[in-house]
Order: sequence, then C-alpha cells, then structure tokens
Amino acid sequence: MLRFNGIYKTFNQNTVNEKRAINDLSLHLRRGDFVTVIGGNGAGKSTLLNLIAGVYSPDSGRILLDGDDITNLPEYRRAKDLGRVFQDPMMGTAANMEIQENLALAYRRGKRRGLRWGITNKEKQIYMEKLNNLGLGLETRMSTKVGLLSGGQRQALTLLMATLQEPKLLLLDEHTAALDPSTAERVLELTQDIVSANNLTTLMVTHNMKQAIQYGNRLIMMYEGNIIFDVSGEEKSNLKVTDLLKKFETVSKGSFANDRMILS
Amino acid sequence: MNLLLSVYGATAQGLTWTIFALGVFITFRILNYADLTCEGSFALGGSISSVFVVGLKLNPILSLFVALLSGLAAGAITGLLHTKLKIPSILSGILTMFGLYSINLRIMGQPNTSLVGNKSLIFMIKDKLPTAAELGIMDFILQTGVVLLVGLIFSLIAIAFLYWFFGTEIGSCIRATGNNDTMVRAQGVNTDMMKIAGLSFSNGLIALAGALVTQTQGYADVGMGQGVIVIGLASIVIGEVLFFKAKNFAIKMLAIMCGSVIYRIIIALILRLGLDTNDMKLFTAIVVALALSIPNMLKNKPLFARKEVKPPINVTKN
Repeated sequence: MLRFNGIYKTFNQNTVNEKRAINDLSLHLRRGDFVTVIGGNGAGKSTLLNLIAGVYSPDSGRILLDGDDITNLPEYRRAKDLGRVFQDPMMGTAANMEIQENLALAYRRGKRRGLRWGITNKEKQIYMEKLNNLGLGLETRMSTKVGLLSGGQRQALTLLMATLQEPKLLLLDEHTAALDPSTAERVLELTQDIVSANNLTTLMVTHNMKQAIQYGNRLIMMYEGNIIFDVSGEEKSNLKVTDLLKKFETVSKGSFANDRMILS
Repeated sequence: MNLLLSVYGATAQGLTWTIFALGVFITFRILNYADLTCEGSFALGGSISSVFVVGLKLNPILSLFVALLSGLAAGAITGLLHTKLKIPSILSGILTMFGLYSINLRIMGQPNTSLVGNKSLIFMIKDKLPTAAELGIMDFILQTGVVLLVGLIFSLIAIAFLYWFFGTEIGSCIRATGNNDTMVRAQGVNTDMMKIAGLSFSNGLIALAGALVTQTQGYADVGMGQGVIVIGLASIVIGEVLFFKAKNFAIKMLAIMCGSVIYRIIIALILRLGLDTNDMKLFTAIVVALALSIPNMLKNKPLFARKEVKPPINVTKN
C-alpha cells in the first residue's frame, strides 16, 4: 500500500539550525491498516505525514503509494489518493465559504474541474445525508459559513471532507489535539466510525498514548526521525501506557522527560 | 440645475469605473491579495485603446478587446512572479506595475494621447443617434447619457459574467484559494494556477476599464493609473458599508457598482463645495483608511493591541 524506502529529510541543511527530522526511515503500510503514531516533540511524526502529503519532498529515498512512485509529485497531484485532517481546525476548511461549498470542493477531489456549476442539487442530497450521519445537526445549516462553526464541528467537517471521495490513505495529524477533551472524544469516535465503515488505511499521529493504544491495529513509536517501536495485532492490544513509557525511557536513555507525554 | 448636472456626470463616470472596482474586488476580497499591478494594467488598457483609435485608426470596440487580453497577460506575469519565482505578493504587483510604465510609454510613444478628432467609442455611438439639437437637449446631456449607458451595460455584463464564473468549479476553487490555500491543495487543486488565473482575470477587467475610461474621457495618460487602487478600494468599501447585509454574490457586486457611483458623486459634490482638486487624493486616502479600519475598531479591539498569545493547544489531561 504505502512504502517508505530509506527516507532522509533534513531542515535548514548546512546552517546552525540544521535539524535532521527523518533519518533513514523505512515503513510499509498494509491495506486496511489503522496505524497510530506516537513520539515526543521533534520526533518527526508530522514530518512523516507531510512527506506523504507532499508538503515537503525527501532529501533521499523513495515513497511509493500502491506501487506508484510519488516521491516528487507535487502536493495537489497526490491529493486524489489522500484524505487529510490537520491539527489546526482552521486549516481543513475555507471559513468564508458555506458548509456545502466546502463539501463540493472536497467532492471533486481527484476529478477534473471545469466550468460546470460548482455544486449541484443532486450532490446536496448526498451532503445532507452524510452530515446527518455526523450527528452534529449540520445538515440543517448547509448554507452556513464554516467560519461560524466551532473547532470540533469544523474538525468533524474536515474529516467528512477528507473521506467524501474515498482516499487510499487517510492522514490524521493530531486532529483532536486542539479540541477540548469531550469534543476530542466525539471526533475520535467519528473517526473510528468512518474508518471502519470504509475500511480505510489510516495513519493517525497523536500525542496521547491512551488514544494510540485504544485506536487502530498497529502502533508506531518514533524517536529522532526513526521508528523505534512497531507493534500490531494482539501485542498491540495488550499494550499499556506504562509499557510505552518504559520503552521510551530505554531508547532515550533516561533523558526522556517530555511533560506532554507524562501528562498523557 | 448645475448640481444635478454634476451628479449626472458623476454617475456616468462611476459606471465606467465599475469594472475597475470589480477587478480590484477579485484580488483584494476574493484572492486576499493586495495587487498593485492594477495601476499599470489600467494605464496599459488606456494606452492600447488610445493608440488603436488615434494611431492605427482601428475600431474602438476592437481596442477594448485587445486591452482586455493585454491585462490578462499583465496579471499572469504578476501571478508567475509570485507563485513560481516566490516573490512576495505586494512586490510582484509593484514590479509588474513598474515595468508596465515603460511598456505604456513604448505603446503610446509619448506620455499621453488625446482622442480629440478621432472616432472614440462614445462618438461612434453618438454618430448613430440623432444630434442633441434635434432632440432639443444640451449636448453634454446626450454625450453623458451615452457614457452612462455604455458604462451601465459593460458593468452589468461584467457582473453577470463574474457571477457565473465564480459559481463554477474553477471559480469556487479560486474563491477557496483566497480563503485557505492549504485546504485547497489538500483537495487536489493547483493553487498556483488558481492565483495566476485570479490575478489574470482581475487585471484583464482592469485593463478593459482603462480602455473604457480612455474612450469616455477622450485621452490616455501614462500616469492615469497612479493611485487608482485606492479609488477601487473606496468603491468596494462604500458598497460594503451600504449593503452590509448582502450575502448574495451578485448583490455584493451590484453594491460595488453603487459604491463606485456614490464615490464619484461624493467627489463631485465636494469639488463643488470648493475643495482643491489636488487635495482629492489625500481626501480619498483618509476615507479609505477610515472605512477599512472602522469595522475592526467596532469589534472592540484596541487599536494597537499586541497579537493575542494562544495558550498551548496540545496539553491533554486524561
């Protein structure tokens, strides 16, 4: 499905701020995998997602999606295969446009856009149904400007937009981190529902170890730009937060004391 | 009577400038891009249109069309400078505007061109009508009437076209790009192309407006574009203030048309009160600065407040 072969990515190369974000990373995702990615600040989690999405291209190595080399494909050309939800709820939607207009943009992901009307009545029926499934009451507010929605509502809408055209791979970049705990919970439930309903291959970055264990069938822990722990199946479902902390403690040789990780 | 006549003249002038304001609206409000190319492309349209009529003795309607095309190209250059060569947005516009000054001089071969004694668009239409004497009205009324109608027809065609275009799939993508280009890229759209297209359309309309203004006022000047962006913004802002409840895109554009007319009427009235013409630019600048800042001040934000510092958003407590 998705293959990372020996990827390197360094930011600000040859400057004092040089930062090796991804260091010889190889990864293989199988179809239908729901992978959670954890790691401290600067471990390379978001860079990993951005490399897949095409925000950056790697310094070396190859990225294959379904056998196609997408290493140097521009961001907008890969988008047809990728559904993305960002950490910042403002990032995934256009605030000054209506809910249905946002959905109409997402509905055409990977399709040719021309001078046909931007939204049809037939689509609106589909959107109403899908919004109804979210259970947030948005189906009655289809012509409301997205800027008037709450962060949780916007994130739920972004999730719907990311999956409106079934993506080959769903990329979730700490998509609940900016939400309050109960909203985060609700958005995660929605995520789980949508992922299982469509059997989507998913990569979910999170800071929250409990979430990382609770969701998905495979867990990846990153440290200094590489994968240091990769579990799946039963081994993963038996995992405890303390196990993960211990694991972290060993690889970081005791220096690991990220308050955010401890809090979670 | 004199007052009515100057309001009448101002209305006609406002209508011929509507397309210009719509062009500025596309970049400033839809693309969220303060594009200074317009000052060059406006004069570009004027230069081309004047040379077509005076030097080449060609049909003025053809000159409008060529002006439109040249504006499209000018806008595309700004777009390429910004997206492909990564030059900051304002500077890209300034560079194109700056370069266009020389190009406009080359086109005209002189700093200004008078259309007097040549067949301008207005005279071409007037020739087909009965004379003012036959109609028993002042020549000024007839001529201004022609200008008013031409301006109105062009404005309405432009509004109808833009309403259609920004409702299409590509038009929606341009609107969304001005709003949040990250999201648009994530939906598989080449945002660079959208920016180039938006800038191109905007400047095409602006050059068309420059040609139209030249045809109605009877001359083109290489400096005719200087500071016009402020007039465009004034029209937009006046329209938005008067039609603040407008949700519909067509109504918003009609509001700009009204804004453009009202701006000209205000100017005409103030000039009648005896204000020096040379002070008009300062006056307009102050009005636009106030109009753009008052909505922000009304949101109860202190004028020079620091940016709000957001609390860290990643802390989870479960």
